Amino acid sequence: LMFLGTPVEIQRPRGVPLTKKQFYEESKPFTCLDGSRTIPFDRVNDDYCDCKDGSDEPGTAACPNGSFHCTNAGYRPMFIPSSRINDGICDCCDTTDEYNSGAKCENTCKELGRKEREVLQKMAEITKEGFLLKQQLIEEAKKGQQEKQSKVTDMQENKKQLDEKVEALRTVKETAEQPEKEAKERHLKAWEEQKAAIRLEKDKAKMAETFLELDDNEDGFVSVSELQSHAELDPDADGTLTEIEAQGLMGGAEQVDTSTFESVWPKIKDKYHSEVSREEEPAPVETPPDEVKEPVVDNDSEPYPEDDISEEEDEDDEDEDDYHEDDDKVSAQPTIKTPEKTHEDEEAMPPYDADTQALIDAAQKARDDFEEAEKALREMDDQIRNIEKELSFDFGPDAEFTYLYSQCYELTTSEYIYRLCPFNRVSQKPKYGGSETNLGTWGSWSGPENNKYLLMKYEQGTGCWQGPNRSTTVKLTCGKETVVTSTSEPSRCEYLMEFTTPAVCQEPANIDPSPHDHVEL
Amino acid sequence: MSAMFEGNALSAMQTSHCHTSLNNYRMGLLSVVCVSLFFSSTFAVDRGNFKTCDQSAFCKRQRALKPGQSPYRALLETLELSDSRLTLQLINDNNKVHLLLELYRLQGNMTRVKINELKPLKPRFEVPDVLIAEPPTEPLSVLSKDDNGVVLSLGAENQRLIVSARPFRLDIMEGPEVLLSLNSRGLLAFEHLRLHKDTQAQADGAEVKESVDGDQQQDEGKKDEDGESEKEEDGLWEETFKSHTDTKPNGPTSISLDFSLPGVEHVYGIPEHADDLKLKTTDGGDPYRLYNLDVFQYELYNPMALYGSIPVMLAHNTQRTMGIFWLNAAETWVDISSNTAGKTVFGKMLDFVQGSSEKPQTDVRWISESGIIDVFIMLGPKPSKVFSQYASLTGTQSFPPLASLGYHQCRWNYNDQEDVKSVDQGFDQHDIPYDFIWLDIEHADGKRYFTWDPHKFPQPKEMLQGLMDKRRKMVSIVDPHIRVDSGYKIHNEITSKDFYVKNKDGKNYEGWCWPGNSGYPDFTKPEMRAWWASMFAYDQYEGSMENLFTWNDMNEPSVFNGPEVTMHKDALHGKWEHRDIHNIYGLYVQMATAEGQIQRSGGVERPFVLTRAFFAGSQRYGAVWTGDNAAEWDHLKISIPMCLSLGLVGVSFCGADVGGFFKNPSTELLVRWYQTGAYQPFFRAHAHLDTTRREPWLFGPENTALIREVIRQRYALLPYWYQLFYQAHKTGMPVMRPLWVDYPKDTATFTIDDEFLIGSDLLVHPVTEEGSRGVTAYLPGAEEVWYDVHTFQKHNGAQNLYIPVTLSSIPVFQRGGSIIPRKDRVRRSSTCMENDPYTLYVALSPKKFAEGELYIDDGHSFNYDTKKEFIHRSLTFANNALTSSNLCPDCNFLTSSWIEKVLILGASKPSKVLLKMDGKETPVDFEFDTSMSVLTLRKPGMNAGADWTLLLQ
Repeated sequence: LMFLGTPVEIQRPRGVPLTKKQFYEESKPFTCLDGSRTIPFDRVNDDYCDCKDGSDEPGTAACPNGSFHCTNAGYRPMFIPSSRINDGICDCCDTTDEYNSGAKCENTCKELGRKEREVLQKMAEITKEGFLLKQQLIEEAKKGQQEKQSKVTDMQENKKQLDEKVEALRTVKETAEQPEKEAKERHLKAWEEQKAAIRLEKDKAKMAETFLELDDNEDGFVSVSELQSHAELDPDADGTLTEIEAQGLMGGAEQVDTSTFESVWPKIKDKYHSEVSREEEPAPVETPPDEVKEPVVDNDSEPYPEDDISEEEDEDDEDEDDYHEDDDKVSAQPTIKTPEKTHEDEEAMPPYDADTQALIDAAQKARDDFEEAEKALREMDDQIRNIEKELSFDFGPDAEFTYLYSQCYELTTSEYIYRLCPFNRVSQKPKYGGSETNLGTWGSWSGPENNKYLLMKYEQGTGCWQGPNRSTTVKLTCGKETVVTSTSEPSRCEYLMEFTTPAVCQEPANIDPSPHDHVEL
Repeated sequence: MSAMFEGNALSAMQTSHCHTSLNNYRMGLLSVVCVSLFFSSTFAVDRGNFKTCDQSAFCKRQRALKPGQSPYRALLETLELSDSRLTLQLINDNNKVHLLLELYRLQGNMTRVKINELKPLKPRFEVPDVLIAEPPTEPLSVLSKDDNGVVLSLGAENQRLIVSARPFRLDIMEGPEVLLSLNSRGLLAFEHLRLHKDTQAQADGAEVKESVDGDQQQDEGKKDEDGESEKEEDGLWEETFKSHTDTKPNGPTSISLDFSLPGVEHVYGIPEHADDLKLKTTDGGDPYRLYNLDVFQYELYNPMALYGSIPVMLAHNTQRTMGIFWLNAAETWVDISSNTAGKTVFGKMLDFVQGSSEKPQTDVRWISESGIIDVFIMLGPKPSKVFSQYASLTGTQSFPPLASLGYHQCRWNYNDQEDVKSVDQGFDQHDIPYDFIWLDIEHADGKRYFTWDPHKFPQPKEMLQGLMDKRRKMVSIVDPHIRVDSGYKIHNEITSKDFYVKNKDGKNYEGWCWPGNSGYPDFTKPEMRAWWASMFAYDQYEGSMENLFTWNDMNEPSVFNGPEVTMHKDALHGKWEHRDIHNIYGLYVQMATAEGQIQRSGGVERPFVLTRAFFAGSQRYGAVWTGDNAAEWDHLKISIPMCLSLGLVGVSFCGADVGGFFKNPSTELLVRWYQTGAYQPFFRAHAHLDTTRREPWLFGPENTALIREVIRQRYALLPYWYQLFYQAHKTGMPVMRPLWVDYPKDTATFTIDDEFLIGSDLLVHPVTEEGSRGVTAYLPGAEEVWYDVHTFQKHNGAQNLYIPVTLSSIPVFQRGGSIIPRKDRVRRSSTCMENDPYTLYVALSPKKFAEGELYIDDGHSFNYDTKKEFIHRSLTFANNALTSSNLCPDCNFLTSSWIEKVLILGASKPSKVLLKMDGKETPVDFEFDTSMSVLTLRKPGMNAGADWTLLLQ
């Protein structure tokens, strides 16, 4: 086919590709390519459709289902529907489709070819580099995955140990708490007894004092009349303490001495108003403040990384609630109301004796140890869960999409900031203030059957008025960089996001660098 | 599209509606209505937003009048007869008010009856700009006259007009038969202008009492007692609906007249209603209402008003077709009753057998809120004659650019230039033709029409050029509500020219619409329309090009916060109230817009303007569509009677949103809708903003193929459609027709509205049932045969034919005896097919005869009209010869189109075929398919404009 490199048009009917030239032989009748009929050759391209498959009119618009081949020397050959022949619109860059329409077409094949080659070259470079990057990503992902896998295994091993440790410490704690409890109870009981004794003393003293107060004439007896001066003692609460009533209080006697007053005292002590203003009743029983003051365990030390919190808010919330409950349990046991600070120091419980204190300290330590271990276990659980969750994602056949996990990519348009967090969610936030809208949370890979990893689907975003919940399709194309290149809303509340990543770069085929115009050479 | 939030404001407003109606004496009934409203589905019209007759004071007042003795009397001594006009005074014996009756005999077998006050306090509104000219008259002559009345000759055909004096009535007779009577039921009522009681110097008390002038002594005593409150209730001087009060400075002004149609059982027309083709009787329900309204999610099969109004009714029986054109632009209600309505078919048969039947009769009553009585009675007698009579009054369908008969792709909204480009490319990728892509309101900068959103459409000309390179076109929306915004040129100019409609206080009327607060230009002003038209000049409408056309939506006008979502009736258009002109506002918008498009091309190019609101005469300005329908099967079904009804009253260029505007259609519904829409005059897919995308290729390859196929069928038939539109433009014949128009004596056709004719020669029975496995089509005409256009199978006429269907089936039949030219080389737009050859489909009648026409012009300019640049040929097959002869010898147009193929259906095999042209005879190759008797002539090759004969030997 080569004549010193000079391009030569191979003779064949208009619109026939070289590959089909053999079916169009001028000297012979033409048989429709579907074999349906045979016609004289002069009916080929005579602008009348004879063959059902349109094959007799490759170069005219006569057949509704025909196709026209343009060579497009310098660019890519192509087929166009016959209906585009001579329709006044330039479709073939070599202008061959408009041979009789008056349309002024220019041959743009060389230019297109050059541009295409540039684009292809660029694409090839991108693909090549992208593919290299992808290999790295795969390697890293594999490594990461393995690391994580072994980390999980390690952690699970550790967890087992932790489990055991927690159980052991629980036993230690419980063992230590038993003697602590007993010692505390002993201490408390001793103090209760002591307090009862003191109360008795006080009552006696008060009785004596009252006797003296009542015994106005200081004759060593309290008489009915002396008692009657205290109207508050009136048993029927009619405002006056009658003689009979007073006598009743005094057990029928006219007067009582200090020793018989002992039997009168219990009847009047609750109502009796001292003539001297006195201090109030003592404050209720208290517990030593150092027990109460035990601080609520703070969460500051929790080793939660910040991103995790934002990513898994819900879970965190739950965890926090758990801690609070635990705290309550811990601090609940010794607390009895809020102590009122009193100055009656003698009423405060005396400090534990050294033995008891030692038992308490030991138990507290056991508790602390136990809680710490338990917390460590929970953390371990969380970590294992997170890693397992990550490992459960479909990060592609070679895990090449792993690196996108827990990352976010933004694109700012004239109105909005769009944010794609792969495998998590897509959101949109007005540039100039306003709340964020969820455009969908991770649903699934939803590309075509042959490569589902070309599209990501994010679903169940914020609902639209009179419409569906927002959803986003993310279209992945090969690129050196990982970046959101565009967003649009082709249909109400259905968003489309274009995203480049090396992870979808295909292994570059060994592209033939020679142009496609070999047909014409 | 209509205001979506109307639906939201519902429940609150509903409550108040129910509450106010408790004052009504029909409380029981109304509260039941209210309850049912509360439970009605969210996806339906909120009926409470729109008035019933009972809630429209004048309608209630007028309807309270029952048939009986008319108080009107003709004063025969006042009769004056000039050549063309008879005048006569009428007097209402109840209030002594004099009316002036004018009678005209119009050329073309029409009679005009005008009734106005003899001496109104001030002029009453007479609708201008609807009649294309003062209708030419014919002489009237008095045949006889006595104290009881006058008999006038109506010229031809033994027709007489009888004016009876006491009570006044008119009868139009032909021979011994009464064709039509006016005021025979005594429902003529003319509320004369009067002074308000407050301002009145107590002139005559007797008169004030009157609510309706024709009122027959109703309850005199009661009125005297509580005249004031009675008046309030009657809404004579003020009327409140929901939160809107209509001040009525002119008081009661309504008019009413009854018509009796002896021998008539079928009446049609008075669009726009989402109802069957044959009008129903309105006894016991509301009358059909004509009041242009933006109805959100309209309901089907009821007489509620919709976006447009054409006050024309057709009456038909086997003997005669007549029309009544009630020229009034105010709110109008039409009552229909019939003495046979209640009868079953069996009952009618019994009557017939027993010979006891009283003659069937339909009685019609028109009620309008203001203006005068101005009625045109079109006496036919053939359907085609009624169409030409009406066309002679109001003009014919504008002749659209050929491309506008192609497929239109619309959506609210194509988001941006990129979107437009990719949709355009999508059509090419899927090899589907289309001619127009549409931009809805979001394309404009902040809903400021005549502008472009600078972010989404920064380079409109680039976009339009891109479409032009593909020989395609675009439509952008231009609505009549103008954003009140001092930074908006259009608003500023209208303000400075004082072109806005005024409110009752003389300030610019403002209401809410898409842009928020909006003004409404007063399109009734000729200066305003001229200015508006000038805004379409290329240097005024920046970014526009010659392939950009216009869509006028919301021109009822829609006012979101107005009464019934429209303008307050007491708003002012110069000296007239909105009440007077309401129904014609939308017509003026389209008129001015179409004029703008003509002017921008120096008068050379035909315009294309789509409108939602319309009135009698709107056919002159472009296309209409049936508004905001829904993706439901019933909405697909109703598109047929809705467009048929419009076609009967002059508007041929009609279509419904393919796919349904609201909601998402199922794939099956969408495919069926394309199959139906492809055979309706205006073929546009459209979708609401909240619907999912539905370009034809989004439903899988099989469905893409089905839609592609039917759009291609449309394009192949464009020569036929175009020729029919030419015919419609010339004669007023509807393009899409009910069967009875062509088979007026076949009673089986009278109520058919699930199938229709395109021209006379194509019969279409769309599949409009979900999951349908077959349809039964009625093939009319005892003498006719019909050919299935897909298989060429021949069927006899006058039969119900069951046709099994699959999803790909579109039952379409070509009438035996017709010749239809097609362009079977379908390309990506109609313009691309301009020079393509024709295939003639000759369908032979049982007598081996066929005829048809071929019309060709440049497809877009007025040169066909101004320079006679067109080809119009008659094609006749008779005596085994197919001949093309020139119907317009003095026309000149050259086409490069030729005849590539002739298919003769129902033919027998010839031995030889010869082409006779220029005195030469050349043999033509042919093939004969014996199974279907189809003769195919191969490439005869003559120019489409030439004289030739093909001889079958």
